[in-house]
Amino acid sequence: MRIIGHKILKRAVYALVTRANTELRSDVLRALKQAQSREKSALAKSALKAILENAAVAKKEKLAICQDTGLPVVFLELGQKVFVKGDIIDIIGRAIEEGYKKSYFRASIQKDALSRSHRPSYGPVIVHTDIVRGNKIKITLLPKGFGCENKAQVKMFAPTAAVAEIEDFVVAAVKQAGASACPPYVVGVGIGGTQDLACLLAKRALLLPIDKRNKSKNIAILEQRLNKRINTLGIGPFGYGGKTTSLAVKIKTYPTHIAGLPVAVNISCHALRSAAIFI
Amino acid sequence: MYKLKAPLTKDKIGKLRTGEALVYDGILYTARDQAHRRFAELIKKNKKLPIDLKGQIIYYCGPNPAAPGKIIGACGPTTSQRMDRFAPALMKAGVLGMVGKGERSPDVVRAIKKYRAVYFATYAGCGALLSRYVKNKKIVCFEDLGTEAVFALNVSNFPLLVAVDCMGGSIYDERR
Repeated sequence: MRIIGHKILKRAVYALVTRANTELRSDVLRALKQAQSREKSALAKSALKAILENAAVAKKEKLAICQDTGLPVVFLELGQKVFVKGDIIDIIGRAIEEGYKKSYFRASIQKDALSRSHRPSYGPVIVHTDIVRGNKIKITLLPKGFGCENKAQVKMFAPTAAVAEIEDFVVAAVKQAGASACPPYVVGVGIGGTQDLACLLAKRALLLPIDKRNKSKNIAILEQRLNKRINTLGIGPFGYGGKTTSLAVKIKTYPTHIAGLPVAVNISCHALRSAAIFI
Repeated sequence: MYKLKAPLTKDKIGKLRTGEALVYDGILYTARDQAHRRFAELIKKNKKLPIDLKGQIIYYCGPNPAAPGKIIGACGPTTSQRMDRFAPALMKAGVLGMVGKGERSPDVVRAIKKYRAVYFATYAGCGALLSRYVKNKKIVCFEDLGTEAVFALNVSNFPLLVAVDCMGGSIYDERR
């Protein structure tokens, strides 16, 4: 059994908070630059220029890329041969809250979802935990902004539904997001499992490197076809029109029940931020 | 590039056309969901508002706090759609300009035409970059709302794009 102290854990989480919020992912940066060379219209070009300039300013000045520093979503993969002294979920949660506060990021969490009566705070965050093999811990932080989270959708299809129906649903979800959720988007899709798992798969799909081809040939083809279709919508960067409405479509799948076919869509804005660390 | 200076007047707004990029010098009052709800409730009850909205520009924004030595943190626009339910009442109370990102409802577009107001979009998801155009920040009201309080941002060369002009033409319709 490998023993990990809470100080090491805390330091690692601090680093994630800054990195995820101030440094745009390199795969996303590459895709934005490619989009910039592809766009013809002046408005689309100037939108992408502002996005890239913003990423540079944020990194240089250690400012949040976006004022919506999100609801911090943590994916914790805990090796079964690791022992952490103390309450691991609590340590991670507190470290994120402190990290946000010390970095002068925004407190965006409303403790009472219904009455909305609290002053916005830094926590609680959301932690999804998986027990995995080995003696390491992997922590991934996805600060999910709510402009795009608000555009998530899920639908329970019949098991006999055609792939074309699923495609239509994904494209329609992006069309409904329109210009409001900071396009160009990265579109995460979860197919299979249960309703709740499909939603989680869609969100996890946003963590995949966007320029890495899916291992499954069929899924890779579907991702590309969806991306092409979405880019014919004409929404474009900032919604001012253009060829780039989606930087990529990423799909995650899981076996499902004979009676169903859950499909979820989780859209990310162009400021797709996530960072991961192994301990 | 055209520089729009405060105060906003119906005359100045009348000359702005959808799709036009410009920069703005003057005050932007931040207000998002909860501040809008409070404004709308006060208006409904015929009570005095904590600020005079006449001729003002509302910026849909919840800024990040300022780090030491800085004026403000990241301060980009939030989704305008969520303010659609309150925007007509605020225009009736005198608001002439709104800054945000994304489409507006048909009701809001109708109100923009009726009150000869204007809706601007600014760089969406670019809060770090936009912080550079803020010269100073002052809290105005609803301090208990944290980032959702109303701040007066004094901005210079703040980048705007006319998204819905006073004739009701929308940049988001034209693209399709």
